[in-house]
Amino acid sequence: MTALVGAAAAEIDGGSSSSATGVAPRHPSARGSRRRYALTVLAFMLPSAIPLVLFVLGPMVAAAWISLTEWNLLSPAKWVGLDNYATLLTDPATGDVFLHTVYYIVGYLPLVYVGGLAIALALNTALRGRTLLRGIYFLPVITSWIVVALVWRWLLNPSNGVVNTVLGFFGIEGPGWWSDPAWAMPSIILASAWKDLGFVMVILLAGLQAIDPGLVDAARVDGAGWWRRLFSITLPLLSPATFFVVVISLINGFQVFDQVYAMTGGGPGGATQVVVQQIYDLTFRYGKAGEASALSWLLFIVILAVTVVQIRGQRKWVNYG
Amino acid sequence: MRTTALATVGLAAAVALTLSGCAAGGDQESGDVTITYTNFISNDGNEENLEKIVAAFEEENPDITVEVTTLPYADYGTALQTDLAAGTVADVFDIEYSNYAQYQANGVLAELPVEAPDAYRQSVLDAYQTDGVQYALPSSFSTVVLFYNRDLFDAAGLEYPTSDWTWAEEQAAAEKLTDAAAGAWGDHQPVSFYEFYKVLAQNGGEFLDKSGTKTAFNSPEGIEAAEWLVGKSGTVMPTIEAGQGTPDFDTTLFTDGKLGMLHTGIWMFGAFADVPFGWDIAVEPGNTEQASALFSNAVGVSAESDHVEAAAKFAEFLTSSEVMVEARLESGWELPATSDEAALASYLELGTPENRQAVFDSLEQVALPPVVAEGQQEMQDIMTEELVEAQSGRKSVEEALSSAEERINAAIGG
Repeated sequence: MTALVGAAAAEIDGGSSSSATGVAPRHPSARGSRRRYALTVLAFMLPSAIPLVLFVLGPMVAAAWISLTEWNLLSPAKWVGLDNYATLLTDPATGDVFLHTVYYIVGYLPLVYVGGLAIALALNTALRGRTLLRGIYFLPVITSWIVVALVWRWLLNPSNGVVNTVLGFFGIEGPGWWSDPAWAMPSIILASAWKDLGFVMVILLAGLQAIDPGLVDAARVDGAGWWRRLFSITLPLLSPATFFVVVISLINGFQVFDQVYAMTGGGPGGATQVVVQQIYDLTFRYGKAGEASALSWLLFIVILAVTVVQIRGQRKWVNYG
Repeated sequence: MRTTALATVGLAAAVALTLSGCAAGGDQESGDVTITYTNFISNDGNEENLEKIVAAFEEENPDITVEVTTLPYADYGTALQTDLAAGTVADVFDIEYSNYAQYQANGVLAELPVEAPDAYRQSVLDAYQTDGVQYALPSSFSTVVLFYNRDLFDAAGLEYPTSDWTWAEEQAAAEKLTDAAAGAWGDHQPVSFYEFYKVLAQNGGEFLDKSGTKTAFNSPEGIEAAEWLVGKSGTVMPTIEAGQGTPDFDTTLFTDGKLGMLHTGIWMFGAFADVPFGWDIAVEPGNTEQASALFSNAVGVSAESDHVEAAAKFAEFLTSSEVMVEARLESGWELPATSDEAALASYLELGTPENRQAVFDSLEQVALPPVVAEGQQEMQDIMTEELVEAQSGRKSVEEALSSAEERINAAIGG
């Protein structure tokens, strides 16, 4: 799973780093110095290249091979060609797990972006104690998902959780949350957005601080109100940070797993069975490593396609000022 | 170009890793051997008892050293599978009866010549034979019985459960013991595959048909059995929304004195030893017949082991030595699969629960879990999932069983 993030992230890096490697050495005529330059570049890349090859590319290649076999982890793998892909593409469960994953992303992304933006805007002012607040908002990001999931399970307990108890004070009968198939995914979305708010906030805050205050002031002098300044000045200038947040959140969103595993295990009745949970179950519960590897590759292809479309599309809306 | 080159490097690295994993091990030259044993059976309270058995073995066999690794039950299956796949499995490792067939069929278990088969309880030993060959040795067995809170029965003016009880008596008592508003519940039985196959047997039904690759539970007996199981939820047993089904929920309810009857295994004796109320056990009530769940753990020796002989020796000691029998009986660990009836008799005198005889009575009519060679875990997961659908009222019992029948048959190749 992490392998896929790394690879997709490498894809993004590849897009921007081409300009960096394209920088010509000072003395292109001197062959020796060019070689030394190449070696220097290589030496600097090695610390990240070695783990990338060992723990990302190696497993990816291995998974590609496993996906062409039938392997229950116990007996030797049997070559089956593209059978696993055929099984997946005709199994209605595959559509279901992708659908559940997209449902998660559609709920999660706007929530975490708007929430993160609101906090970033608030903390980009001269608010007292903002440094402390930034730290507090970031705390959930570095907390283990298992801990967060247990806390949220307790908060959202249908019969005696805090959330439903508080709703009860206002005469509202709270839903069954993670015990109800209709509310289980919203429960996971809520917990995920809460946990990742801090991450989005930090990226957007950095973006906000790079905006020249003179531009905002000039707009204010020209009589632009708060909303007008937000939509005409801040958001367009924030678009590179927004682009980064959207790309990373989508990649992470397609690979949602920890919170699902810990909060619902894919239930109730399969309502939160997402792609990576399915990959995990196929491998470690049902001994179908071949099918699981094929599903990982399908997921990789989907993430790659979505990311490429985003990188292509960024010209239309991302403003590098 | 660049990606192809990198991929080649990656493949080479993966191959190198695999090879280095295989190169480890092997100290054939000296007479002393070290064998490894990975277990879950001693986890959570019996580590010292296991140490005692291992120490006795090493004393008897000074040329063999045993390195023990203990894992929690919840992580054990995944860890074992990963180790088997990676070729890093221990020489001796624990397995459960329900997984035995699958491991045996995949050839990961070495044949075990048993030196003294008479030391074992024959029926349990036979359970780990395939085509007359022993592939694993039973380390213990246990059964599920009906635990009850005597104080709550006294307060409600009810007679204690006996081995003559049927579902009807259990139901009547459960209803009298339940006061949902006060948080007092009459009965608890997990809604799961493991309970369903058993209540099905208690109702005269079969889980699999004769071929063993097709389900047979979608029958009038099956529907009645499933209704009995899921019908408890919300009437005499808390609902899922109230926490039913989460780990330790039922046993905590019982130790808190808020549960009249509880269906669970005899491995809970130790955990219930110090509760501030009287409790006892009875053989689980049946409907048309009696049937108790029998669980058994065993140890196998890896077919890939470099020290099969030493490992087999340890496996036999671990599962049949007198030291082991004594350690297990004294501590109230699960029962040893021993043929020594005199030793087992001492178990009856150990105190709470008083009616320990029920443990042996429950062995008279047992229901073993249905076992398939492929898709065991899928079968179990689907059954539990569909029963929970019925429990939560999202499906009728009939719909849940039809759906389970269709999905399980697809998974086990029927």
